[in-house]
Amino acid sequence: MQKRPRIGVLYSRVRVEEKWIFAAMERRGIDYERLDDREIFFDLDHPEYWLQFDAILERSISYTNGLYALRILNAWGIPTVNKASVAEACGDKLTTSAALNRAGIPQPRNLMAFTPESALEAIETLGYPVVLKPVVGSWGRLLAKINDRDAAEAVLEHKATLGSYQHSVFYIQEYIEKPDRDIRAIVIGDERCGAISAITAMYRKSPHWITNTARGAEGELCPLNPELEEICVKAGQAVGGGVLAVDVIEHPQRGYLVNEINHTMEFHTVQPLSGIDIGDKIVEYVVQVARKHRR
Amino acid sequence: MNTVECPECSAEISLDASVEAGEIIVCPECGVDLEVISLAPLAVELAPMEEEDWGE
Repeated sequence: MQKRPRIGVLYSRVRVEEKWIFAAMERRGIDYERLDDREIFFDLDHPEYWLQFDAILERSISYTNGLYALRILNAWGIPTVNKASVAEACGDKLTTSAALNRAGIPQPRNLMAFTPESALEAIETLGYPVVLKPVVGSWGRLLAKINDRDAAEAVLEHKATLGSYQHSVFYIQEYIEKPDRDIRAIVIGDERCGAISAITAMYRKSPHWITNTARGAEGELCPLNPELEEICVKAGQAVGGGVLAVDVIEHPQRGYLVNEINHTMEFHTVQPLSGIDIGDKIVEYVVQVARKHRR
Repeated sequence: MNTVECPECSAEISLDASVEAGEIIVCPECGVDLEVISLAPLAVELAPMEEEDWGE
């Protein structure tokens, strides 16, 4: 009989998603351990404790903590969901855009500059309005819709003066007049474990231009169609696959555009909407990764 | 009875029997986020403030 794989779940706080993941682990009788990222440490010369795990699911709420943990674990050869390279590609919006660009995936126009002056010049090649986003950030925080030159000058100066050095990497995105919604698709799989596929999707509806559910957008089931599925799967492949949430904008003329990809996604809205146990799907995939590693 | 006192407003909060260590709850009286830091004995403290790199 094949020995049960041992799984670690790295987390920061028990959100409803973690409760669903833990419940799925227990239902499936999986040998797993909860690893609070505030309590762990790594000794690079002594990976023994960590080598007991056949795979580790990373659910840290801090991008930085999760990314560095994944880098160390992958350096030791421990499989993780997601891989460090996937977290690198998804956690930084500019890196995501570059990966999508390389793969030829349709996305909004994105520009980058390092000084307020060159950022202003870049913005004016697009025309107003534009959107300024921090390269690292989530839940719709610190997004700015810039409607004119006055606003651009003010926000660029504020970012350069008040923000950390990272806020002077100016990520400038064209503003898209989308319907009062965007689409979030859940994509699971990679080359390690069979096919990658989009398993469900929802609209995130809001009259505000920011359509994150963390900012009050409401979910509504979005039926998957072949075109949506294809772009989401290709986007997932472009960043290396795994467990992902692909955010898509519907452009009135250009069709589906991939806006962002999340590598430690929340699914408290889409799971009850879709009736699909996404927590269980994640666990099923992590176990596949672990079993593959054991062979 | 699974009750704790809110460290912010002293309200008495009843917790579900399925509450887990590490879970975030919201004080129904003052709205502050609380983290369940222990189940036996049941204890909560103010949850960490959101950091710039938190998210999905």
